[in-house]
Amino acid sequence: MGYSGFRVIKEGLFGQKGWKPVWRDPAPKAEYDAIIIGGGGHGLSTAFYLAKEHGMTNIAVLEKGYIGGGNVGRNTTIVRANYFLPGNSEFYSHSLKLWETMEQDLNYNVMHSQRGLINLFHSDGQRDAFARRGNAMINQGDDAILLDRDGVRAHLPYLDFDNVRFPIYGGLYHPRGGTARHDAVAWGYARGADQRGVDIIQNCEVTGIDIEGGVVKGVQTTRGGIKAKKVGIVVAGRSGQVAAMAGMRLPIESHVLQAFVTEGLKPVIDHVVSFGMGHFYISQSDKGGLVFGGDIDFYSSYAARGNLPMKEHVMDAAMTLMPMIGKAKVLRSWGGIMDMTPDGSPIIDKTPTEGLFIDCGWCYGGFKAVPGSGFSFAHLMATGNHHDPAAKFRLDRFRSGVGLMDEEGTGSQHNLH
Amino acid sequence: MRITCPNCGPRDRREFYYQGDALALDRPAEDAGLEAWDDYLHNRENPAGDTADLWFHEAGCGAWLVVERNTVTHAVHKATLAEKAKR
Repeated sequence: MGYSGFRVIKEGLFGQKGWKPVWRDPAPKAEYDAIIIGGGGHGLSTAFYLAKEHGMTNIAVLEKGYIGGGNVGRNTTIVRANYFLPGNSEFYSHSLKLWETMEQDLNYNVMHSQRGLINLFHSDGQRDAFARRGNAMINQGDDAILLDRDGVRAHLPYLDFDNVRFPIYGGLYHPRGGTARHDAVAWGYARGADQRGVDIIQNCEVTGIDIEGGVVKGVQTTRGGIKAKKVGIVVAGRSGQVAAMAGMRLPIESHVLQAFVTEGLKPVIDHVVSFGMGHFYISQSDKGGLVFGGDIDFYSSYAARGNLPMKEHVMDAAMTLMPMIGKAKVLRSWGGIMDMTPDGSPIIDKTPTEGLFIDCGWCYGGFKAVPGSGFSFAHLMATGNHHDPAAKFRLDRFRSGVGLMDEEGTGSQHNLH
Repeated sequence: MRITCPNCGPRDRREFYYQGDALALDRPAEDAGLEAWDDYLHNRENPAGDTADLWFHEAGCGAWLVVERNTVTHAVHKATLAEKAKR
């Protein structure tokens, strides 16, 4: 289906009745070469890259709800590659490069906007840490500019620079960071995969994984049994339940992370701004709403809605950093279910069951990883070899203690990330 | 979310620090082996539904509690002193 300005006007005049679904609604086949459990951003991009990069088109994505209804539709849409530790650094660098060609690859407007991301710092020690992080980003081939106070002021004149508790000393500017239209990312990957022959099967919940002699044979679903030579689990917050179907317990605890959006305002925040001291980050959507969030609620939860203490904390942080938004009215808040690992970094790996693969543990950072995760997971599923940029995302690093990636430096323990 | 502390009565969630699954009380023996320690430290059942976890009444009496609650509804069923719940 073609999209154009003319078409938008024409459909507007005729009641929007001419639009057709852009992907099929197939019934599940009896057997596939590969099955992806989970039709979120990561699952759909995995299917897309399996088809595009590896020629695997006899595959299905099984989604228990509807496409784009999980975390890919519930995040704060930030895209960045400002990681420090080896493992994360090369992975997110690769993912950002895929973002930069995504619209051409998918022929779909995901409204990827590299408006620049600024991480603020508030002390000499923090400046040193950000200088070091910026150097790591540059060494990785990405972009980072250390801004002093006046440099930040030139970009973000509206901040409270002389806050008594957290005066602004400067910021680390990542010009290639930005945002994207999150739903469009899911839709673009779904359409791209469908066009290559992938079956996207919605309202199809996996209820069991068939394993014989240590080898995966297929899955049981609410729409019947489906055979498959390979199965990939990409179910984010629900990883624990699906892995249990294969007799596994994962190093994952599911937590709720909240996000907020205000009424639409005129353009006022041009960048993505993050305020580490209050754990607060904000950008403005193209509709004008201020989209912002904070930290997880810090207790295990599947509720997809949060509690008041974290809401209060996020609003406190907003008012501390940019008092100008105090009169904006919050329209909505919601929560996503985060698959938290002990070290805060993800897992893309094989499982002890042959033919069964897992991609999980994205914690609070899954959205920017959508293309990179799908690309690397597709590589692993198709070739059996780890893809270089994701080669350190091993499941056994917690048991062995080797290769932990604790980006926040808080310790590799469940309740600390 | 409010937790009824056996010492202090119903208190706001803000007064409590969340430690994680109450399996932390089932510490393996020193020589239990790598798998047992990996399970203890890292691997979780991560239930969607009823769970039991450890909370510290940081801004209250300072007791460690085993809180039985539901991870889907956020209902808090019961809190007992960890020293009494210890198996």
